[in-house]
Amino acid sequence: MATGPSNMGEVVIKTDKLTKRFGDFIATNEITFDVYKGEIFGFLGANGAGKTTAMRMLCGLSTPSSGSATIAGFDVYKETESIKKNIGYMSQKFSLYEDLTVIENITFFGGIYGLSDKQLKEKTEQLIEQLGMKSEAKKLVGSLPLGWKQKLSFSVAILHEPKIVFLDEPTGGVDPVTRRQFWDLIYDASARGITIFVTTHYMDEAEYCNRLSMMVDGVIKALDTPTNLKKQFSADSMDQVFFELARGAKRKGD
Amino acid sequence: MKQFISFVRKEFYHVFRDSKTLLMLFGLPIVLITLFGFALTNEIKNSKIVVCDYAKDDASQRIIDKIQTTENFQIEKALMSHRQIEEAFKSGIIKLAVIFPANFNNDLLHTNQAQVQVIADASDPNTASTLTSYINNIVQDYQNEISPSGPAPYQITTETRMIYNPALKGATNFVPGVMALILMLVCVLMTSVSIVREKEKGTMEVLLVSPFSPFLVIVTKAIPYFLLSLINLTVILLMSVFFLEMPFNGSVLLLYLESSILIITCLALGLLISNSTDSQQSAMLISLMGMLIPVMMFTGFLFPLENMPMVLQWIANIIPSKWYYIIVKSIMIKGLGIASIWKETLILTGMAIFLLIVSFKRFKIRLA
Repeated sequence: MATGPSNMGEVVIKTDKLTKRFGDFIATNEITFDVYKGEIFGFLGANGAGKTTAMRMLCGLSTPSSGSATIAGFDVYKETESIKKNIGYMSQKFSLYEDLTVIENITFFGGIYGLSDKQLKEKTEQLIEQLGMKSEAKKLVGSLPLGWKQKLSFSVAILHEPKIVFLDEPTGGVDPVTRRQFWDLIYDASARGITIFVTTHYMDEAEYCNRLSMMVDGVIKALDTPTNLKKQFSADSMDQVFFELARGAKRKGD
Repeated sequence: MKQFISFVRKEFYHVFRDSKTLLMLFGLPIVLITLFGFALTNEIKNSKIVVCDYAKDDASQRIIDKIQTTENFQIEKALMSHRQIEEAFKSGIIKLAVIFPANFNNDLLHTNQAQVQVIADASDPNTASTLTSYINNIVQDYQNEISPSGPAPYQITTETRMIYNPALKGATNFVPGVMALILMLVCVLMTSVSIVREKEKGTMEVLLVSPFSPFLVIVTKAIPYFLLSLINLTVILLMSVFFLEMPFNGSVLLLYLESSILIITCLALGLLISNSTDSQQSAMLISLMGMLIPVMMFTGFLFPLENMPMVLQWIANIIPSKWYYIIVKSIMIKGLGIASIWKETLILTGMAIFLLIVSFKRFKIRLA
């Protein structure tokens, strides 16, 4: 299905024994992995496995307890400001303002990433054209169907051409067809050299990723391409792989 | 700077597109001012009273004339005997009776002492005591008239069946209290709800991941509400001066400055509340409950603080609106300048700074 990243050389996310403790509880335990430029990296795990904690550390929202990581070449301890300038983020809750119009949302998020008026104008036109939302441009985002909102939300997250975009369960609640359309946007972005770091629960979605990591109880249990993972666990589908791995989990999701 | 403007503009969109917010922001003050100013005022107009004049002399006639000319009373009839008074009260329309004993003027001139009897329908004790105090004032007024200079040689004592209510209040006392109440409620509620809404919808995370500094997120959230509160204040002031005939004797600039301090205090309080909850409902509940009752109780415009037990008086000292109420009364009614209210101003500023520091600290902790 998905082909590997064209350039395996440049590492944009590098973690080494990255750990986060909350008291006695180790949410993320010594995770080590590399993500390459333009790669679509799937970050899988059951609820409570430590995905969100790991992602928050990578985004510079939470300081690690130990270990090291660089995002786009910047250190997660000292250079969080530079990290924030180079990443985009789309949360699992819908991340646009429903009481603002499509254009106002684009203008606002472009504005806080410091885009100039000229850039904003170009980007806005280009984006609306690309998403085919010309007649909806002046409508409140709240009135759009969920699938459109999510596509818009993703486009806004990469408006400032970040090196990496973090997607936290981006396609919750939409049907497979809409999900497929959403992934077309992700492939586009990946082809432009933007690295995609995505968490998901949907195994059909997992198949779209270049590489997958499977997290269980705060530890990365497996990391490979979907094809290799299936081979490794002699499974027919990602569902089986996931089940095989998550069966041993001690933590229960909340 | 550009980021800053984008943010403030977005915040205004939120306010103007949400009818609930708008209603809260501008409807509430208008309703409260109208309620407190007109409906709940305890100035009583056109009360029907009866007069029983056994004296029918010069002095009694002049006092009756005075009563007649005020807006407060409307003399229903002149009666002849005590029995008739009783009947008049039973009808329920008559709120008060004034009785001049025979030889009223003679007593006044020769013994320098005379009595007027006032009987009030105390089934509504507040109305009764207020009306009685009006009569007292009129009699007092007459007494001063007949002895224009020096201590009065003539003394008219009004013998009342009511206890005089010393804290006679009108719209002039309510308005500063309502101003404090509205600013506290609206500012605290607006900020806490608007921040919690971003948390609830998940947009706060997106903002925190952006290069925009978390402190600026908070500051830019506060600015629109600060400006809107000032507009709100203007509306309240215009309403009170033009509709409620509230005096404005002091400096407008000073009042706005003092109000800004209170608004900042409230915005900080709102931020503090938003840190401790994740849902709009509970933010609203905490803001309303946490503000409404203490502000109503301890500001001093509904219940005089001096009459409260010491413990409650201490509690009142930590309520910002208590100090603001004193300040507004001093500026608007007494026309005093900063020299007389620097102490209250200092206390209020101290509260603002303290709350700002605490809420920013807590906001930082939450981020870590």
